[in-house]
Amino acid sequence: MSILINKETRVVTQGITGKTGQFHTRMCREYANGKNCFVAGVNPKKAGEDFEGIPIYGSVKDAKRQAGVNASVIYVPPPFAAAAIWEAVDADLDLVICITEGIPVRDMIEVKDRMKKQNKKTILVGPNCPGVITPDEIKIGIMPGHIHKRGRIGVVSRSGTLTYEAVGQLMDLGLGQSSCVGIGGDPVNGMKHIDVLRMFNDDPDTDAVIMVGEIGGSDEETAAEWVKAHMKKPVVGFIAGVTAPAGKRMGHAGAIISGGKGTAQEKLAVMEACGIKVTRNPSEMGRLLKTVL
Amino acid sequence: MKIHEYQGKEILRKYGVATPRGQACFSVDEAVAAAGSLGGKVWVVKAQIHAGGRGKGGGVKVAKSLDELRQYAGQILGMQLKTHQTGPEGQKVRRLLVEEGADIKQELYVGMVVDRVTQRVCLMASSEGGMDIEEVAAHTPEKIHKVFVDPATGLKDAEADDVALKIGVPQASVPQARVILQGLYQAFWETDASLAEINPLIVTGDGRVVALDCKINFDSNALFRHPDIVAMRDLDEEDPAEIEASKFDLSYISLDGNIGCLVNGAGLAMATMDTIKLFGAEPANFLDVGGGATTEKVTEAFKIMLKNPKVKGIMVNIFGGIMKCDTIAEGVVAAAREVDLAVPLVVRMRGTNEDLGKRILKDSGLPIISADTMAQAAEKIVAAVSAN
Repeated sequence: MSILINKETRVVTQGITGKTGQFHTRMCREYANGKNCFVAGVNPKKAGEDFEGIPIYGSVKDAKRQAGVNASVIYVPPPFAAAAIWEAVDADLDLVICITEGIPVRDMIEVKDRMKKQNKKTILVGPNCPGVITPDEIKIGIMPGHIHKRGRIGVVSRSGTLTYEAVGQLMDLGLGQSSCVGIGGDPVNGMKHIDVLRMFNDDPDTDAVIMVGEIGGSDEETAAEWVKAHMKKPVVGFIAGVTAPAGKRMGHAGAIISGGKGTAQEKLAVMEACGIKVTRNPSEMGRLLKTVL
Repeated sequence: MKIHEYQGKEILRKYGVATPRGQACFSVDEAVAAAGSLGGKVWVVKAQIHAGGRGKGGGVKVAKSLDELRQYAGQILGMQLKTHQTGPEGQKVRRLLVEEGADIKQELYVGMVVDRVTQRVCLMASSEGGMDIEEVAAHTPEKIHKVFVDPATGLKDAEADDVALKIGVPQASVPQARVILQGLYQAFWETDASLAEINPLIVTGDGRVVALDCKINFDSNALFRHPDIVAMRDLDEEDPAEIEASKFDLSYISLDGNIGCLVNGAGLAMATMDTIKLFGAEPANFLDVGGGATTEKVTEAFKIMLKNPKVKGIMVNIFGGIMKCDTIAEGVVAAAREVDLAVPLVVRMRGTNEDLGKRILKDSGLPIISADTMAQAAEKIVAAVSAN
């Protein structure tokens, strides 16, 4: 078991004709069961063609109907990415993972508003995220597959390479992962920490979770409160950006302390108060996790 | 991206928001001429810099004669204006805004930001205008009224009127306040703003509602569809190192410490800064080289970090994924040679082709210190810098 994705997931790549989409689709297909999972691509102008044997359809709906996809991964450039998200949501896929970085916030507000108002069932992960991996089964996204192995630790993070760092530390201790979810660094996004923690809580194959956050917003605090009330499994955490100055966007669009809110100190304090073991040393995430097993 | 007050007011006027009449000026003579053509007997001279807190720093003066105006314009133009947002060195004033004086009866606050929880634009309004809204929020949160605007409808008449009354706009002036609030929302939405503030929004003695000040920031991810706003960019107001970095698609932010750091990924870059601090030193910068770093990019990153005279050591922290460690190692070696690196350099590499990368560093013959973990790297660079 795992969360969000497994070897039964059937994926369509939106943006399969671009360089990034092609590169990562190839990498994903080569990983574990990827060959069975990555079954379609979308490009309205190239319907009927294929990318290295993966058929290209004119729309997500066509890909769903003809290839039976239930998930999509998006590499479409930022000006068109929100429309691509909507296309996948409108096709009623179970899951959309949007890798694209740099989508205007207004576009995300609009697409999220439409999803809520039309009560769409589709789960959105990202944008501006590395994707999701269930090690040794399937990876959907841009993370390096070879640093992972199957196991019982869940990882959820707003950052890409910092997630890899956490995974690397787990591997040094011989701990594999059930699933790793990058929820992305944008201020308006899909799944939040709390949503992923809920799934890990219900997943019989996850024993404990590393939650990696960063400055900006209040999602980590909200998740921590939920953990205190509902989480049956240990959670350890790290928040990046103790040294980040206020009012400066630290790379990620959402990583900004504004109006004195969203500081790392504040988040760490709330997490600790809610029973989450935190470390201020990002090299200690793995070891801290091991202490709670 | 930030713009000046006078540029913000130009945008607001297009959306029907009333502002004082005024003119942007680049010299004292221009300021005097502007006041003459505006007419009247009272003018306000306002320093145009991107930082807030200009009034307290002496950057805003009321002139009651043209002689006074000339004097104030001369004082402000060219001054190093220090505010709580500029840092101790201040910001040089290169532009002025000369405006007609206003008869202020009430000072109110209105602002807009994107609320991450509701994923909507949030209108915030308060009767406590002219003050720092963070102070109001901290001490008297009940005085801040919020509306989370439905993106499908925009700010509704009833919502605007309700907020206007709550912050004390007199009944007779509510229709004007509605125009301003809806105009502000429309401007925010259509220009892809990330923050818009009118502080203060005033009610004049004769009941007019006017935006006396204006601050607008924009979502840099949306600038591709706003060439008119990009044209308003004032590079004098930005950190030259950050401008240089952006040319090479590097995400760089200057900080106050003495250890430069070069990292791939924003989260890992922040974590690296935090680790440096944990070992008793301070980072000199945030620097994310991104996913597609090349030798050229790494070399430019080194040059930008080393332009900062405070930098006494450099820590490279790479988690190779798609980006391979050997590629980065080649870039680091080439960069160290090209810039004749004279400060200690610690490199930590992990991930794809890690061993290959380490060997390239070792075989280079350069005095590069290698580390296995982020913490070890920070410890080593802090020790090397304090030994020098």
